[in-house]
Order: sequence, then C-alpha cells, then structure tokens
Amino acid sequence: MTVTGWLTIALFAVLLTALAIPFGSYLANVYSGKRVFLTPIFGGPERFLYKVLRVDPNREQDWKSYAKSLIVFSLAGWLLLYLILRTQDAFFVPHVLNPLGFESAPWNVTFNTASSFMTNTNWQYYSGETTMSYLSQMIGLTVQNWLSAGVGIVVAIALIRGIIGRTGKSLGNFWQDLVRTILYVLAPLSVLAAIVLVSQGVIANFSHYLTVHTVTGLTQTIAMGPVASQEAIKMVGTNGGGFFNTNSAHPFENPTAFTNFFEMLLVLIIPAALVFAYGRMTGNRRQGYAIYATMILMFLGAAAVAYIAEAHGSPAQHAAGLHTHVIAGSSGGNLEGKEQRFGIAGSALFDVVTTVTSCGAVNSAIESFTGIGGAVPFANLSASEVIFGGVGTGLYSILLYVLLAVFIGGLMVGRTPEWLGKKLEAREIKLAGLGILITPLAALLATALATASHAGRESISKAATGPQGFSESFYAYLSQANNNGSAFAGYTGFIQPNAGNVGSHGVTFADLLGGFDMLLARYVPILFALAVAGALAGKRVTPAGLGTMRTDNGTFVVLLIGVIVLVGALTFFPALLLGPVVQGLTSHLY
Amino acid sequence: MSTQTPAAPERQQTPAGRERQAISLFQRDIVWRALLDSFKKLDPRVQVRNPVMFVVEIGSVITTVTWLIQVFGGNSLGGGHEPAWYTFVIALWLWLTVVFANMAEAFAEGRGRAQAETLRAMRKETIAKMRDGSTKAAAELARGDIVIVPAGELIPGDGTVIEGIATVDESAITGESAPVIRESGGDRSAVTGGTRVTSDEIVVEITQEPGKSFLDRMIALVEGAARRKTPNEIALNILLAALTLIFMIVVATLRPFGLFAHTPISETTLIALLVALIPTTIGALLSAIGIAGMDRLVRRNVLALSGRAVEASGDVDVLLLDKTGTITIGNRLASEFVPMPGVPESELAEVAQLSSLADETPEGRSIVVLAKQYGIREHDMSTLHADFVPFTAQTRMSGVDIDGRRLRKGAGDAIVELVNREGGSPPPELQAQLDRIGREGGTPLAVARDNQVLGVIYLKDTIKEGMRVRFDHLRAMGIKTVMVTGDNRLTAAKIAEESGVDDFLSEATPEAKLELIREQQSDGRLVAMTGDGTNDAPALAQADVGVAMNTGTQAAREAGNMVDLDSNPTKLIEIVEVGKQLLITRGALTTFSIANDVAKYFAILPAIFVGTWATGVGGHESKSPLHVLNVMGLGSPRSAIVSAIIFNAIVIPLLIPLALRGVRYRPIGASALLRRNLLIYGLGGIIAPFIGIKLIDLVVHNLLGG
Repeated sequence: MTVTGWLTIALFAVLLTALAIPFGSYLANVYSGKRVFLTPIFGGPERFLYKVLRVDPNREQDWKSYAKSLIVFSLAGWLLLYLILRTQDAFFVPHVLNPLGFESAPWNVTFNTASSFMTNTNWQYYSGETTMSYLSQMIGLTVQNWLSAGVGIVVAIALIRGIIGRTGKSLGNFWQDLVRTILYVLAPLSVLAAIVLVSQGVIANFSHYLTVHTVTGLTQTIAMGPVASQEAIKMVGTNGGGFFNTNSAHPFENPTAFTNFFEMLLVLIIPAALVFAYGRMTGNRRQGYAIYATMILMFLGAAAVAYIAEAHGSPAQHAAGLHTHVIAGSSGGNLEGKEQRFGIAGSALFDVVTTVTSCGAVNSAIESFTGIGGAVPFANLSASEVIFGGVGTGLYSILLYVLLAVFIGGLMVGRTPEWLGKKLEAREIKLAGLGILITPLAALLATALATASHAGRESISKAATGPQGFSESFYAYLSQANNNGSAFAGYTGFIQPNAGNVGSHGVTFADLLGGFDMLLARYVPILFALAVAGALAGKRVTPAGLGTMRTDNGTFVVLLIGVIVLVGALTFFPALLLGPVVQGLTSHLY
Repeated sequence: MSTQTPAAPERQQTPAGRERQAISLFQRDIVWRALLDSFKKLDPRVQVRNPVMFVVEIGSVITTVTWLIQVFGGNSLGGGHEPAWYTFVIALWLWLTVVFANMAEAFAEGRGRAQAETLRAMRKETIAKMRDGSTKAAAELARGDIVIVPAGELIPGDGTVIEGIATVDESAITGESAPVIRESGGDRSAVTGGTRVTSDEIVVEITQEPGKSFLDRMIALVEGAARRKTPNEIALNILLAALTLIFMIVVATLRPFGLFAHTPISETTLIALLVALIPTTIGALLSAIGIAGMDRLVRRNVLALSGRAVEASGDVDVLLLDKTGTITIGNRLASEFVPMPGVPESELAEVAQLSSLADETPEGRSIVVLAKQYGIREHDMSTLHADFVPFTAQTRMSGVDIDGRRLRKGAGDAIVELVNREGGSPPPELQAQLDRIGREGGTPLAVARDNQVLGVIYLKDTIKEGMRVRFDHLRAMGIKTVMVTGDNRLTAAKIAEESGVDDFLSEATPEAKLELIREQQSDGRLVAMTGDGTNDAPALAQADVGVAMNTGTQAAREAGNMVDLDSNPTKLIEIVEVGKQLLITRGALTTFSIANDVAKYFAILPAIFVGTWATGVGGHESKSPLHVLNVMGLGSPRSAIVSAIIFNAIVIPLLIPLALRGVRYRPIGASALLRRNLLIYGLGGIIAPFIGIKLIDLVVHNLLGG
C-alpha cells in the first residue's frame, strides 16, 4: 500500500461527490421540465424529435402505459440490433465499415449479444476486434449503449415521480423522458468525454488494421476503429462493453493513468448525481444525502478491501517468499493481470467502480486478483447493483430496498410503515419484494443449471479446476443477472478458432441461458419498479411528525446498509463459500 | 352554569393505568387446552394459512417419511449417508417447531377464551317482558322490540332506554361494582344485555339483531373467532412469504452446487437448513402478537371492535379531547368573590353562601367551601326558616328567601334583569367584572340581595392534575392534542394554555367537530377521539379511531370502533400505546428472526461442507478450507445442524411471553426508538444465536458422544 494509492481513492471520492451534487441539481431541473442552460441548444432538436417520433410530450402516462412504451421500444431496439449483427457480412464486404470482411457471429452468440447490449449488460462472449465490423460497433452496439442507458434512467425518474406524486397516477411521459435523457444528459457528457479521451490517445478512425514489425522481429496486427465515441458512452452509460477484447486494459481504450481516473468518474457521475436529483425532487435534499451516504460508505469499504488485498499480494507470492512490498518502479503487491500504468490502486479502484455499477468494464484481470480481492466484485454483485448501480438502475433498485427497510424499521417505531408520508401496504411490499427477488433468483437458478449440466460445464475453461470452475460459472451468471457484464474470464459461450468468425460456433446453452438471464433480470425488476411507482403515485401523504421514522438520518443509513448486506449475504453466502471464499482460504491454486 | 338537577351519582372512574388482572399464562386449564390445541392445529388446513409454518410442516412430513424409509432398510433420499437417528432427531424437532408455533397462538387464544367464558356465563336465557304484556325469549328479540325491565331483572338485550330512569349494575361487563344511572333522553341511555337493573323500572327499545349483541361480539372478539388479518399483518405476511421463497431457491440450488463440489447433501439436511433460514420465529408468533394486542386492550377494559382499529391506533396523529371531563374535572369551582364598590367582601361571601346552602351541585358546594375561608360560620338550613328557590332554565338563577329578603345568584344578565325589575340599578362595575371573568376563562355568577347587586362569584374550570405531563408524553410520541370545547375562544385559549394542550377548537358544535376531523384527515392525518353522546356519533364514525364511552348512547357505541368500558376519556393514551406496542413487537421479532440467520449459516454451512475440496496434500490436512468458518467450534457436523434446529425451535416458546406482553414502547422519538430496537433486536438477533447454538451444541455433542 502507498500513500499515493490511498490518496487516489480519497481524491476520487471527494471529486465524485463535488461533481455529482451540482450535476444532480441539473438533472432534477431537466426532469422537472425546467429550463436549463442547454435548453437554447437542444430545445429545437428536442421538438424536432417529438415531431419525428409523433409524440405528444404533454400526454401523461400511468405506469402501465409507461411500461408498455418502454417494452415496445426495447423490443424494437433488440430486433434492430439482432438484424444489424446478423447482416454485417451481407452487403459487398469488405467495405469501409467492414474493412476486414468479418462474417456475422452465429445466431446463438448474436442472441446473447443483442440481449446483452439491450439490457445495459454488455456481457461479451465475442472479441470486438475479431468479430464485429465497424458498422456493427457503431450503429449496432454503440446506439444500444445510448438507448439502454436512457431506459435505465427514465425508470428511475418514473419511480421518483411515483414516490413524490400527490395527485393522479401519472408517471410522466416515457418518450419525453427518453429524448430529454439523450439530449440533455448523455449527449453533452459523451461529447465531452470523447474529446478528452481522444486528446489522451484514444483512437477514432476507420482504418484497416495495421501490421507492424516488433523489435523482436515478429509481425503483429494492431486493431483500429472508431473507439473514442463508443468508449465515452461505454463509461457514461455504465455499459462496459469494450471495443476491444481486453476492454479498458487496452491502450487504445484507456491509455493513461489520467484516462483511467477520468473514466472511473464518467462511470459514477450519473448514478451518483441521480441520487442527489432524487433528494431535490422529493423536496428534501437530505433524502438524497442519506442514500448517497449509504452508497459511498459501501463503495469505500469495497475499495479499501480490494486495495488492501491486492497490495498485500497473493498467498502464492508469499509462499514463494517473494517480496510484495513497494520497490522502485513497481507498486508492489499482486500485479498479475494488472497494467503497470494503472498500478494496484488504479486497478483495484477501477474494479470496484465497474462492479458496484452495472458497467462491468475491466482494466485488469479479475480472475488474477487475490482470493479476497476477487471476492470483492462477487460481493458487489451480490448486493444486486444498488451501490450506485447502473445509470438509473442503481437508484430504482436501492429505492426498492429503501422501501423494504422502511417497512421493517417503520414497524419498530410503532407506526404502520410510511415512506415520505405514504403508507406502505401489502401491494407495495409484494411488488418491491418481487422486484428485489428476481435478480438473485435468476443468478442462482442459472448458476445451478450451468454447474449441474454437462452442457453448462462445456463453457468452463479447460484450465479451471475445482472451485475456480464454480467461480467462473457463478460469476458469469451473477454478472449477467445483474446486467453488469464483467467476467471472471475463462467462461465461454463462443468458440472462435479464427479471426473474422470463420468456422466459429456458439455454445447454445450458455448463450441462451445467459441471454434469458439478462432479459429477465432487467425487465422484470423494471416492470415491478414501475408498478411500485404506480402504486405509490397518488397515495395520500401523511405529514411527518416526531413519531414518524425518518429516512434521512444516520440511523436509517445503518438500517439500509444492514438490509442490503443481509439480503445479499443470506442469498449468496452458500454459493460464495464454494467459489471465492474457499479459494481465499487456501494456498492451493486452482 | 349552575344547574339544579340532582347530580347523578357518577360512577367512580377507574384511575388511568388500572388493569384488569392479567390471566396467568400458567393457569392449569389454559395450559392443557393450549397444549391440546397445539396438536390439533397441526391440521394442514389450518397451517396453510401461515405460509412459513406450512413449509416447516411439509418439511416435517418429508423428513419423517425419510426416517421411516430408513427404518425399513431403505436409503435416505437425496444421497449423503445420514444415519436414521439423525433423520429422526431432525424430524422430531421440525414437528416440535410447528407445535411450538401452534402453542404460541393457542396460549394467546386461551387467555382470551378464559375471559370469554366469564362473559358467556352471563348470557343466561332470560324471558323478556314486552310492553304489550306478552313475553318472548331473550334470544328471539329483534331490533325495534320494546321491553319492560323492572328492578332486580336482567336486561334481555342491548337497547336504548326510552322511558324511565334506573340504576343498573354493569359489573358483569365492566368489572365495576358501583351501579350506574341509565335514563331516557340524555347521553346515558344505552343499556347492555346481561346487565341487571337494581332500582326502578325502565322501558327499553331493543337495538340489536338476535345473536349479535354487544356481549356476543365481545365474546367473539376476545376468543379470536372474529379475528381477521389486519392490513399490516397481511403486508408483513407477504414479506415473510417472499423471504421464504428466496430461501427455498437458495436451498434448492445448494444441491447442484454441492454436487459440483462433490458434496452430496441429504434431503434431511437441506430441509433442516431451509427451516433454519426461513423466518419461523416471527412466522410462529405473528398471530399471537395480534391476539395479545386485543387482549391487552381488553385488560384495560377497552373493546376493540376490529384488529384494524388497534393497528390504526398506533398511527394516530391527532387526538381530539373533550374539555369537560377529560381535561378539566367536569365542574367549575368557586375561586374568588368580587364585590361591587361599597360592598364589603365578607358581606358578599355571606350572601353567596346563604344562597348556595340548598344547592347540592358541585358549584354550589364549592361556594360554601370558599365562603368558609372568609370566616363565615356554617348556617344550617333547617334553623334558618329559609325558603329554597330552585334553579330553572327560565329564571337561570337560584337562591333562598330568608326573612322576606330575597337572596339570588345566577347568570349575569338574568340578575341584571331581576334587579331592574325590582327597581334597582346595577352598578356599571358589574358588566366590567362579568366581561373580565368571561375573558379569563371563568364563569361569573352575579349575586343580588333584593334590588342590590352585591358582587360576582368567580367560578373557574379546574384542570385535572397531571394533564400537562400527559400532553408532553403525547407530544413526545408525535401526537398532537386538540381540545374541543363549547366555550368561547378566549376561555378556550386560556384553558388550552394552562393545560398544555397543543391546539383547541372553541365554540364547537357537532358539525364543527366533524369538519375538524375531515380537515385533519384530508391533510393525511389519522384522528382519534372519544365521545359519548348521540351528537358525537357522526364524528366517532368519521374518526379513524373512535372510542365510545360505555356510559354513552347506543348510537355512539355503534359509531365508534372501540368501546371503553370504564368510560375514561384519557384512556386513549393507553390505547395508542397498545397499538404502537403491537407494531413494534411485529417489527422487532421480524428483525430478530432475520438477523438470526447469520449464525445459523455459520453453524450449518461448515457442517455441510466439512469435506468439500479438502486440500489433503500428503495427509497433512484433510479438512475443507471452509472449516475455519466453524467459528463456534461446534462439536461435529451433525451436532451442529441438530443444535441449530433445536435453537430455531426453542426460541419460539422462549419468545412467547414477549410476544404476548409486547415490546415496551418508550416515547423517546422515532429515531431513538429505532436505534434502540435495532440494537436490541438487530444486533442482538445476530449475536444471541451464536451463544445459544454453542450452548445447545455442548449438550447435544456430549449426548451424541462425540
């Protein structure tokens, strides 16, 4: 461990908070329909889009109508993406947008990929630079990066409207929320991010891949492509699907320690700001602060554990009598699978940032982390993406947990539970309970199917034995069910003997199981969150008094952390024991 | 105003906090009946209503079948070579878990039933005398029948007195031995079937349908027969069912996970783990908590007509309290003599005393008492040869005629009129004093001798002792108190300030009261009130918690959702506390139940995975790396699982007393209360089972002989 390492983590938390508070106010204004400084620029395009989409932005939707629009929109997006990916070699290849003439990936892998990008998961069984044409990357995957992020955010906004709604059943208008999200939130951030990234060396071109001769005399192919634009939305929208196979470890995606820090900020800025926006929209900023405190405490806890574990080094290093402390030119600790330019702190923090959110980008190999360091992403995923979580997803998920915490805590102060003045009754508990249940259940059931069946075990990498095989499988479905997309390497659903998909085939079982896992764990909770919003909207509000349980103080933060940890731990403890825990407790290598 | 109606002998009000004797849990017949019921309730048709315990029962059946298969030489289900005795022990304790849960409910019901028995004994078959001279069996009386009840007879059914006045012994339902007055007309017209008329004769119009008397309802309520799940109970049940579902999936998927790790896990062990994880503690105690809440109210002589009302009382935000009888002791007492210019104070005092000698009202008596302080000796009516002039609504004054002199006291304007008629002229000072006293919240009584006004008696409302403390207590609970009075604004403000009540409604009419309740409710507040008169019925019905006084009219009793048999308006405070206790107990035991799971995981999982991925290199180590998770150092895998299951079962009977008594409510503010309960039931719930399971394991492990 180094002072610089700890300072990096501390500085990150401070900067994030400092940026997220004003950005949260901005978001609250955007979604309250107020004029913001970008209105003069985007007001015209906004009205134009409504005209093109033939949307009346003033038409209020109840939860069912809102959900219907969302599902129709998502389904259309899925079909479009599937078509684009399956036809990338259909027209006159090679051409400028498919210079290497890549064939389309088979149907099963494409099903998985389309589901993955549609659901903001960005789980990738494929390697970008050997599978996807520039066209597929740009109008297929990148577009979905925008849209899936937008869908996540609008659900959170609709839920907030339900929570604060005083009259009627309206949750706003899906199309208006989506258009505003894209124009006023994602576009400015992405443009800014892309410019900064390009300035640091991230590439943006349509060039043919370069062939270079290395100093040792070998030939090497260097992949090219329109990376910067996709990289920007990949982080801003907590998507995480890399342009290249090695994701943010690749120097064209994440060239410097500065871009590493910058990219981490991009990942968390919207999820963090949305929490503050929530506080503002409820009319009590402390509501937002309490949730933010919950998130940042759990986040810093995870970051500290990961950093300490990685800086300490692996048991194998200690067993071999190797030095793991800081020596000149090395940050010490467990550097296996890490980039020297990011160091231990930069890798551990990046890992935590992208696994607490549904980003899932990686700048180091998670499977090479130490047992405890590797258990951190497992734990983050077990918390069901509520520590910041995905854009929008994190907020609406944690709000369902808040509802649960208020119900249990509210009873303990001697009143029938109420949340921001609204009584929580059987209907809300049922909907929130089911909404929370789906993700862990999808993860557990898929893992059970995958580990119990021969078809499932096919996907485990040949090198992995014992608990490592279990960890790979468990992580794969935990990650897909949480719409995260990071991988504990090894686990595969796509056999690709040659670049360009020549002779490739998918592992149907893993592709379909994962695909359905992602779709289920994305849309079912969304529907429940919207239904909760519908149930809460228009409920009578009881003014708070001395006897009312407060949801904006330290006691509630402790209760909320307790509920999140307990639900996660009780659900996943047995499975975690058989994977990362057993590996962390032994010096035996699997 | 001073009234001359003879004061009805008010029944002694029971002091607040008085409780009916709690029926001991360990009365012999209750215990036997409860034990018997615990087994009767094993009927799956009963269990299916409680999803958590139903899962346990199914688990018990499966493990029992497994054990029988093993006994007859078969293999245990699902691999994992468990001996038959192990399956038997687990099955036994699973059955006991269900039985303990039933016992909790049976005990709670048993107590209520014992109370119901006493009530039922009163429901004797009486023959009602109809007004037309015929007779009818009491059970056949219908709404609208009119019966005559002479002294010494039981009133055959609930009704309203339409003629006459009588004293009635209601001790059977209220537990209070002093008889009460029941009369036609006023606010004391309701009579209850099963009570006995002790003097005079009354004509009663029956207001109940056959078999739906107050007594019938009371019996059904305390027995729990009419018990329906309350909204919050339903919501909590859903939460428990959701948790049960999660754990079912967790346990079901553990089997393939185990097989992947070459660790077959027997059906018995999986079921044991499932039962340990699902929230059996709260699942077992939930209905007992609800029944006990009702029971606690009954012991305070309050009948809640629905469980929903008890729950709502915990939520009350605003309490409407009638000034008279609740905040002030019903009567105004003389506190000062204000003489007119030129009149000695002692002269005024003497005349005031003489005019009040025959006045038996509390006001009249208080004047006599105050006059004594002026050194005026007591006169004896009989030696004075005085003629008593009683109060009438027309004259609005009373007094005596002595030796041809007319001494009068009465309402200011009535006295002014009298003096004017007699040719005198009231001094200008009089009006000023009358106004001042009225402004200060008092009631002025002018005193005149023939055509001369001597002065004014200052009658003051006396606030009951300890009211300020009670209001502070309520404020700490987060409840706003509103005093309702017919007084003018100034008077009301003064009394409100003196008593410490938060707000007041002056010059209140029944309509204004109803309007106030509606207004509070539309702001989202829950309103509680007490009432007795027919006037109060609409407001009682509108309030979320309406407590009708048992002395009140039948209309009031039907409109409210609770009846206070003691007719003590301050009882509302206790009702609110019982409601809060009920909710806190639910929340606390839910938290405790879930928090317990952590320790159970640490007991059962290392036991299951004792040999999983053992890294036995060269025979050094043949244990699983997971053995370090056996933090409790439990003796053996089987004893660990058995101990966890035993703990899970016996924690239920251990918590029955808490469930029935309720977690104590302290008015320390919501945040402090939450912190406190989180610490006790959350943190305590995590720690307690570690100790409990370890202790049980010490015994079990030794019994198993290593």
